[in-house]
Amino acid sequence: MNIRALAGLAVLAVILAAVIFNLTGNKGDGVRIGMVTTLTGGAAAIGNDMRDAFELALDHMGRSMGGQPVTVTYEDDAQNPDMGLQKTERLMQRDKVQFVTGYIWSNVLLASYRAATEAGAFVISANAGPSELAGAQCTPNFFSTSWQNDQTPMAMGEVMNRRNVSNVYVLAPNYAAGRNMVSGFKRTFKGSIAAEEYTQWPDQIDFAAELAKIRAANPSAVWFFFPGNYGTQFFKQYAQAGLLGQIPLYSSFSIDDLNLPQIGDLVAGAQLTQHWGAALDNPANRKFVDDFRKKYGRTPSFYAAQAYDSAMLIKSAVEGTRGDLTNHDTVRAALEKANFESVRGTFRFGRNHFPVQDFYLFEVVRGANNAYALKLNERIYTAHTDPYAANCAMAH
Amino acid sequence: MILFVEQLLNGLQFGVLLFLLSAGLTLIFGVMGMVNLAHGSLYMLGAYFAVMFTELTGSFVLGAGAALIATTAVGVILEVIAIRGLYDRPHLEQVLATFGLILFFNEGARLVWGPAGLSLAPPEFLSGQVTLLPGIVYPAYRLAVLVAGIASAAALYLLVARTRAGMLLRAAAANRRMAEALGVNSRLLFLGVFALGAALSGLAGILAAPLLTVRVGMGEEVLLLAFVVVVIGGIGSVRGALVAALIVGLIDTLGRAYLPGLLRTVFTGQIADAVGPALASMLIYVSMVVILVVRPRGLFPTQSRADG
Repeated sequence: MNIRALAGLAVLAVILAAVIFNLTGNKGDGVRIGMVTTLTGGAAAIGNDMRDAFELALDHMGRSMGGQPVTVTYEDDAQNPDMGLQKTERLMQRDKVQFVTGYIWSNVLLASYRAATEAGAFVISANAGPSELAGAQCTPNFFSTSWQNDQTPMAMGEVMNRRNVSNVYVLAPNYAAGRNMVSGFKRTFKGSIAAEEYTQWPDQIDFAAELAKIRAANPSAVWFFFPGNYGTQFFKQYAQAGLLGQIPLYSSFSIDDLNLPQIGDLVAGAQLTQHWGAALDNPANRKFVDDFRKKYGRTPSFYAAQAYDSAMLIKSAVEGTRGDLTNHDTVRAALEKANFESVRGTFRFGRNHFPVQDFYLFEVVRGANNAYALKLNERIYTAHTDPYAANCAMAH
Repeated sequence: MILFVEQLLNGLQFGVLLFLLSAGLTLIFGVMGMVNLAHGSLYMLGAYFAVMFTELTGSFVLGAGAALIATTAVGVILEVIAIRGLYDRPHLEQVLATFGLILFFNEGARLVWGPAGLSLAPPEFLSGQVTLLPGIVYPAYRLAVLVAGIASAAALYLLVARTRAGMLLRAAAANRRMAEALGVNSRLLFLGVFALGAALSGLAGILAAPLLTVRVGMGEEVLLLAFVVVVIGGIGSVRGALVAALIVGLIDTLGRAYLPGLLRTVFTGQIADAVGPALASMLIYVSMVVILVVRPRGLFPTQSRADG
């Protein structure tokens, strides 16, 4: 009898504690952030890198923004648009977050962002940059700490023009980002296009059919976009097909600090364009890269850098509004100022809330202790605005 | 023409990998009436073991052998601990339980080998290219996969069609209760079938490891196609699985290679570019529907179902 009463009391206490905790959790104290990224499946390493970087940013700010405690909820989209939408809705309803960041994949972002913006949250993309959100349909409560998809391949097109590459075979996966990347590349590349090939997304992992076609077409170069593990696979299979060294290979977003340890031998000497690299020399980046290496024992990827910047951007907005996140107009105005030290150096938003930023040429080199790294060669674009911004009617 | 031959080889090579994967699946379904979603996890384990043992031994051949033994051992342990209790349960419970196993294996692999993918180079003597006919250059490793797959298919055929164990297996697949009534030790037979399935699935993973990035979740990507193969081939039929795997492999590869080009001759470039890849990825499922309309029980239906 006694034991039963005791047990009953204990249950009651737990329920009460849960209710109280839940009430305080929802009352509006503190900054609530959700991150939707990929934590399972083939791209888990990317999502993991972003989460680690976000946690490092929280460490750096003492886990508070403008004197308020920060709670972050990490959600896994499994690289699937439906799942991304579901998780975004859950962040809005259950966690009542004020900011949602993350979003590796353009198709996931496009399926999800409305669920957040229409429920009154700000979306800060830390990777995906689909053209749909940059042009005529630009959205007041959407911001990006990465780039618009077209930009990085545009810079690569310029690099290949300088090298007088003439006839290029183009490959990308058949989804929003793949289409944007190809369109960006074709905007600046002046040579002819031998063929334009789209592969199945996200389940195609074998490129034998495409490699046979490349061999038959015998172009003067190949340019492709296959992010993360897809890139690793393409490089490996390209080498196995005996095409490496036969037909020069150029790529965008396919070599990063995550897959470099695996494919370094295949891509030594390869050149690529990027808005950020661990080698960029500025105080914010030195701190980020050094502490990331110290905490996690590896070099952060550009995905991590963007996630880190998204945390810093949110912090700047919380401080800029003196902690009042209820008025969307003042929050938006504070975000637009981008009053933070970006790891990429100078950083400001264009009118479509995508960054106006520099792009650099990097080269894969064998550095200290025989590890491969990305060496900074030169600046390709200064303060580059994406090609869709002109169609965006938002005033800044 | 040269390109077509090369694409044909690509399709066949993909087909034999699919066959290794689906042969075990169809046997386990046919003999035990068991839906095993965790079959893809054994494929993933085979690949991870191949990387691990190759690094340990320094030789791909030794590593592959050790990986095959290890995957089979995991299969045996899995059968005894988890699968054995599921044979008499309804399919829905089997699906739920084996789905749980997928999560278990994925999370386990992440804990042991980390979230980043692993990479395995093909052995030195297979890393080059082979000139099959003048003009037809083919990666040596892919050719080796094709040969190994065909050899395994032949060995499996001999096992099923020519040995006493194979006879028992066919008997159980055709009518399990009758076989049991005639004195077949079904417990031992089931364990053997499951171990064989695990070994075949592991072999597919081992062979695929140098072609792909070895990573968590790689099993589920191929599992769907393996089920398509099982359904097209006729549930329980190894011969059906072989034919269906080759059909699916060829349709997938040739569809990807030629469909966008064919569409471009009919539509304008932009429409063809938009429709082509989407249609190519649907092609397998469209063919499955067509085949099932003509032959509702698959290409080579077994005479009787396991529970029949």
